[in-house]
This record gives sequence, structure tokens and C-alpha cells, in this order.
Amino acid sequence: MNLRIVNALLLRYVFLYTRSPVRLVEMVFWPIVDLLVWGFLTVYLRQSTSGDFPQFITFLLGGMILWDILFRAQQGVAISFLEDVWTRNLLNIFVAPVRSVEYLSATFAVGVLRICVTAVALVVIGWLAYSFNVFVMRWWLIPFFLNLMLFGWSLGMISTALILRWGQAAESLAWAVPFFIQPVVAVFYPVSVLPAWLQPVALALPATHIFEGMREVMRTGSMSWAPLCWAFALNLVYLALAGGFFVWILNYTRRRGLLTKFSTQ
Amino acid sequence: MLETDTRETLLEAIELTREFDGVKALDRFSFKLRRGEILGLLGANGAGKTTAMNCLLGLTLPSSGQLFAFGKALHSHRIEILQRCNFSSSYASLPGNLKVWQNLLVFARIYGVPHPKQKIASLLEMLEVGHLRNRVTGELSAGESTRVNLCKAFLNDPELLMLDEPTASLDPDIADKVRKVVRRVQRERAIGILYTSHNMRDIEEVCDRVIFLHKGRIVAEGTPGDIVKRSTEQSLENVFIKIARSGDLEDAGDKALTP
Repeated sequence: MNLRIVNALLLRYVFLYTRSPVRLVEMVFWPIVDLLVWGFLTVYLRQSTSGDFPQFITFLLGGMILWDILFRAQQGVAISFLEDVWTRNLLNIFVAPVRSVEYLSATFAVGVLRICVTAVALVVIGWLAYSFNVFVMRWWLIPFFLNLMLFGWSLGMISTALILRWGQAAESLAWAVPFFIQPVVAVFYPVSVLPAWLQPVALALPATHIFEGMREVMRTGSMSWAPLCWAFALNLVYLALAGGFFVWILNYTRRRGLLTKFSTQ
Repeated sequence: MLETDTRETLLEAIELTREFDGVKALDRFSFKLRRGEILGLLGANGAGKTTAMNCLLGLTLPSSGQLFAFGKALHSHRIEILQRCNFSSSYASLPGNLKVWQNLLVFARIYGVPHPKQKIASLLEMLEVGHLRNRVTGELSAGESTRVNLCKAFLNDPELLMLDEPTASLDPDIADKVRKVVRRVQRERAIGILYTSHNMRDIEEVCDRVIFLHKGRIVAEGTPGDIVKRSTEQSLENVFIKIARSGDLEDAGDKALTP
């Protein structure tokens, strides 16, 4: 992998985002809207319940913020690819000496930048509006962020591969793919709530272990290493599978001559 | 046949065939492009030029046949080969939402161009678009955009350049300037250029040799002057029209146009 090429591709996205403040607003607007909706909902639940479950607010807001890490990482990959489709730049990229791994790495880096912008906004607003301190999760936050980012990259590669295969008509998948798994990965509720047949499916997804771990840390201040190890091991598997899927689809589009349609659509 | 041209072969296609759902867009297409040569690829719409170009760029894989650039197989040395090539098409634009210098800087860095800012400035001046440096690419006219695309194509001093209708949207004055720049660069650096165009004036002025394609097959090959001389037509444009309409040279009465 040539880092010079990754930097060059990343520079293109930096130019794009710095030239268009609207894109920066888009990165924080929807997460803030989500945060406000879930925040007020949890405030309402706390006020209208006589019982003692103040952790609701932390669980829901914690889940919402961590979910956004995964979503932004996935968007970094998928939307960066779509930016190249929308600007009809894919042809220029694919006839340049750019390897798939370099292109994907640049989109991963875009995901990291998007996460930084979004996370700062959410952490600050969560603190100011709901006195929610995300750092209650202390250093556990680091493996949580890392694992969710890795899974977001996998989902991003899958979304991108599907768009490559089915063309721009399938671009809504860039937003939809993460939401296919959202009900299963137990973002806002424990895995035990899911039907018994669905629980193994949930546990086969790395994000589930992170959200379960998050609740454990918020409840007890600590957690066992096993869920983190599971999440990390599963992430390695998903990254390998998603990367392989992307390359397979890319070769398929080359074999079928589908790649060139992105220059004319 | 004895090879008389001793110049290095930059690009070679051997029996290249590409089928789409049983239809052959390219049918046993073979040619060589040598260093310092400008080879025109001609044919009516649907003749197979774009498919050939896409195969040569690695965008589409051939159904069968082999492709070599700089003596190496394209499928196994793609990145190494692309580092020494470049491409420009009037149909593939640079991202419209970035400024001209930003787009060129990104590609200069991708190709690892030394002193990219000076290189960009000199290319913009060479193509007489230096004043567009800070303009947003999407706001350029078609002619300006084509010349900026050509700047991108010259960024890495390619040894092999593929130009897909580079003068398609240019007025005669700018088209003439572009042809002169292409000729000059080819002469000074002895690069090989594969050139497609529907403008026969372009072809006669720029190309050393041309290949006529019809339904994916080579139906004529030679210098523009030779092809006209060997046909019963008065001009290359008439040869183009004849091939586009009849396709079958024997019926058209022009035999042995392929040497």
C-alpha cells in the first residue's frame, strides 16, 4: 500500500469538505437532531416514572452516541465513494495507479474525520443539554470506538460493493445498510429482549458485544474482556469478508464491463 | 511478416475479444503502438473503439486475448503500467466541485509528481488556461474543461497516453492549439499516443497511423494517406463513411486495406 496515494485521495475529500460548509453541517445536523429527540424522550421517561431507573438516560444516550460512531464510519466509506460517482470522477480514479486497498483506506480515513467532528458535537451537546458525560465509560470508550469504527468500515465496504454492482439506482443503500442491522445489534436494549432465535444472529455481529459492554460499564463501571475480544475477533472476520466481497464485486464489474457506466451516469 | 519498425512497443493487443451477452464488441483485435507514434482508432459509433479503450485501460476485462504494455501483461502489472500512462476523455470530467488547482494537485500527488505546483502551473500555461487556476471546475466551459483534463493527462509525463476525442467540444481555434500541443509533446518526449476522434481533420493532422474498426474488427490499417490512396475515395472522411455504411470492404470494392 502506498501512503502517498492514500494521502492524495484523502486530500481530495478534505478539499471537498472545506470548500463546502454545507457538508460539515450535514455531518452534525442529523446526529444532533437524534440526540435531542432521544434526550428529551429519556427526560420524559425519567420524569413520568416514579421508579428508580435513572440509567435509562445514560443507556439511551450512550447507545445513540456509540451508534453514530458506527454509522459515521460506514458513511465515510459509502458517501466518499458516492461523491466520486456523483462527480463522475471514478473513471479518473480507476485509470490512475490506485489500488483498491489505497482507495478504501482513504475512505476509512474520511470516516475517522467524520467521527471526530460528529463525536465532539454529540459529546458537548450531550453534556450541556442532558448533563450526560460520555466519559463515564472512561478508557473503555477507546475499544468501543475502535470496534464500532471497524464494523462501520465493513458495512461501508459492503454498501459500496452493492452500489458498484447495481449502480446509482442502489445508492440509497449507502444510508440503509446500517439500519438493516440496527434492530439486531441491541443498541438501545439488551440482547435478552430479542427472540431466542434471533439472539445468536445478534451475537454474531461485533457491534452487539460493544453495546452490551457499554451497558455493563455504565451499570458497574467495568466489564469483562470477553465481549471485547469477541467483538475484535468478529471485526477481523467481517473486515476480511467485506474486503473480499468488495474486490470480488470490483472484478465482477470489470468482467461485465459495468465499471464504465459510472462515468456516464 | 518481417517486422521493420524497431521502435519499442509500448502497447500490444493480441487477439483481443470482448463479448457482451453473446455480441462481440471486439473481435480478435490485434495491434501494436510504438514509442513516438500516434495511432488513431477510428470507427462509427458502436464500432468497438470505446470497448477497446476500456480494455486497454483495465476498466473492462477482455473475454479472451492478451494485453501488454511496456512488455508486461496488463492484468498482472496494472498499477506499474498505469503509473506510466495517462488518459483524457471529453466524457470523463474532473470533479466539478473542486477548484482547478485542487483537482490537479490531487492527481499530481497520486502520480507522485515532483514539484507538483510548478508542474501544474507550467501545464496550465502550455494549454493556455493559466487564468482558470482558481476557478471551480464545474463552472468551466466544455472547451476549458477539456484543456484542464489534458493538463491532468500530461501531469505524470506519461510514456503512453490515451486520448478519447480530445477535441470533441472545442472550437476550431482551440482544437488547432490542442492538436499542436499533442504533437509537440509527442515529438519532444517520444511518447506513444492512442487517439480516437470522429474528426478526420484531427486524424490526418495528428496521427501517424490509423486503424479502422467495424463491428469490433479491424477493417483497415495504415497511414491516413495510404488508406485514402488505396481506396477509391477522395478523402479519409469518405473512407470513414464508406466503412461505417458498408462495413464489408470487399463489397465496397476496396481490397487489401489491411496490410
